[in-house]
Amino acid sequence: MDSLADQLLVLVMLINFVILGSSRLAFCIQAVAAQGVILGLLPGIIHPFSWHLAGITACILLAKGLIIPWLINDATRKAQIKREVEPFVGYVTTLLLGAVFTAMAFVFAEKLPLAPAHKDLLVVPASIATLLTGFLVLTTRRKAISQVIGYLVLENGIFIFGLLLTEAMPVMVEAGVLLDLLVGIFVMGIVINQISHEFSTIDTSRLSALKEEI
Amino acid sequence: MLYAFVLFPLLGALAAWVIPSQRYRPWILPAVGVVHLAITFAVLADTPPLSAGGWIGFDPLGKIVLLSISLLFLACAVYAVGYLAYRQERSNRVLCMGVLVCLSAMTLVTMARHLGLLWVALETTTVSMAPLVYFNRNARSIEATWKYLLICSVGIALALLGLFFLAYSTIVAAQPEPTLLLDPLIASAGKLHPAWLHAAFIFLLVGFGSKMGLAPLHTWKPDAYGEAPGLVGALLSGGLVNCAFLAVLRVYQICAASGTELPFFRNALMTLGFVSMAFAAIFMVRQTDFKRMLAWSSVEHVGILAVALGLGKGALFGALFHVLNNGLTKGVLFLSSGNIHRSYNSKTTDVVRGALRRVPWSGALFLAGFIAITGSPPFSPFLSEYQIVASAFVQGSGRAGAAFLLLLAVVFIGMASTVLPLVMGDPPKDLPASDYRERFLTVGPPLFLTGIILMLGVWIPEPLLVLLRDGSALLEATP
Repeated sequence: MDSLADQLLVLVMLINFVILGSSRLAFCIQAVAAQGVILGLLPGIIHPFSWHLAGITACILLAKGLIIPWLINDATRKAQIKREVEPFVGYVTTLLLGAVFTAMAFVFAEKLPLAPAHKDLLVVPASIATLLTGFLVLTTRRKAISQVIGYLVLENGIFIFGLLLTEAMPVMVEAGVLLDLLVGIFVMGIVINQISHEFSTIDTSRLSALKEEI
Repeated sequence: MLYAFVLFPLLGALAAWVIPSQRYRPWILPAVGVVHLAITFAVLADTPPLSAGGWIGFDPLGKIVLLSISLLFLACAVYAVGYLAYRQERSNRVLCMGVLVCLSAMTLVTMARHLGLLWVALETTTVSMAPLVYFNRNARSIEATWKYLLICSVGIALALLGLFFLAYSTIVAAQPEPTLLLDPLIASAGKLHPAWLHAAFIFLLVGFGSKMGLAPLHTWKPDAYGEAPGLVGALLSGGLVNCAFLAVLRVYQICAASGTELPFFRNALMTLGFVSMAFAAIFMVRQTDFKRMLAWSSVEHVGILAVALGLGKGALFGALFHVLNNGLTKGVLFLSSGNIHRSYNSKTTDVVRGALRRVPWSGALFLAGFIAITGSPPFSPFLSEYQIVASAFVQGSGRAGAAFLLLLAVVFIGMASTVLPLVMGDPPKDLPASDYRERFLTVGPPLFLTGIILMLGVWIPEPLLVLLRDGSALLEATP
């Protein structure tokens, strides 16, 4: 089953590039949702069946595949935005940076002292690459929604690493992490709405009134 | 009992949601605060055993933070009744609920013995405070809320990655059962895989450090503290900061137990601490917004805490004592500054002058808070800061001690140049009258906190002394 898991992880990394290269927000949101769904399926493929695992899978699919995309879509609709205009850094540059980061992730993961059982899996490079992609989106995009998407991709990267240790994280903690993520996105959705009310745009580079006067 | 301790503030939040009356709703806060403080003293007097399979329970470190949170919360809760009476135009439902949810999460942080649970509780405090920063509903507060939410969320996500690394180090070391429970981790820390452990400590420090507001991860702090209402600022700087510091202490415990990692972690803490103090010293000078000035003071004091942890040994006692002192003194400063803000309807020093004349009690309390926070006797922050400096010189790191003193002096001068004109002199003539009056509900809470830090500065009760000693002994525990 490990080869299937590896193929899915490759898909996850390809989705990273979709998110980096796309200028349409709705498409980005769908891409993140798809990434979340794939990640939700992965624990079931890597580990043998147990009720604990089935529960987690159901929760992740529900949260990352349905609720979170719905929350972001809702915020987008209310703030009336369709398209990501002028990121701080151009799409081609971020795509190239993303490629460099992914390559670096592979080189770096080679050198890490992994447990023997995890040596041949793509989990660690995929995790690092997704994490760095999340950072890239967070730092190079202006729109508040894009920053939320970046945060989600970052979380996804961390989640991939978590695949290696589902035994160490009991159900309650996982549920708590997921709940916090949900509530966090919910609050961010509300804040985005307020930003668009207050500034009639959700361009975060306009959020610059607060700074030191020196 | 421990479950009930976490759950009953949530019941209070539920009650706040149900009660329709704007006027009576805030009274839930002091009611919950009094019960919380009573339970806190019960827990301090007679510690309940670990429960839920060792997941929750109190040790001296948790108790110290719990005490500081509980005292501060009660003061803020009483203050909230007086403050919200002036803000009848705005629904206070979200504020009351958010504060209570946050109290529940902070209580959980103090008792969590499982690092995953600790993380969840810490993230809950972040999210539950976000709507409160946005209480004033204007462009500036939305900007502050966005920065706060995004930076803290990303920071704490990195801490989660650090926790994963920590758990993975138990797998690589082929431990029979990978775990994030604190006690087994400390017991087996020496056998964990060093490289993963090292990476884990870096990510945990960055993650919890950004939540604490250690420079250079502090950028959200002046904005959030500056725009939030005074009582929210007090809870952020005295409650959330202490919770994040407790998380750093947990990491420190594991570091100390691992033996090899401690020098590295101490150096990192020391560096971040001095950078924070230096940032604060620079930006404190000529600060015209007194709430932002308090935020920089908070950056300075988390720096002091980090430096104290970095020094270790005798400074650990000072650090734990300073957790209590800093939290309570920040309460005095933020609550009294909230009153001054209300009375002048401004928070910049070009308008706010002569506070001692216009609002004598709040002005005097603000002045007292300033004297205390800059480390002057007879208040207790003097004792804890003295302990830290003395320990630096005793350990032979004279340069660190001298730099520490120098930065404290610069901060003192910078803060004095803002605070003294603010409280002294005559108020501006053309100032419109304000509906704010000095009343017990708004002046009593900061006065109560001032009383505590004054008492601790003169006399530390024996049980507290024992608690602080036990706590620092716990941190010094090396294999």
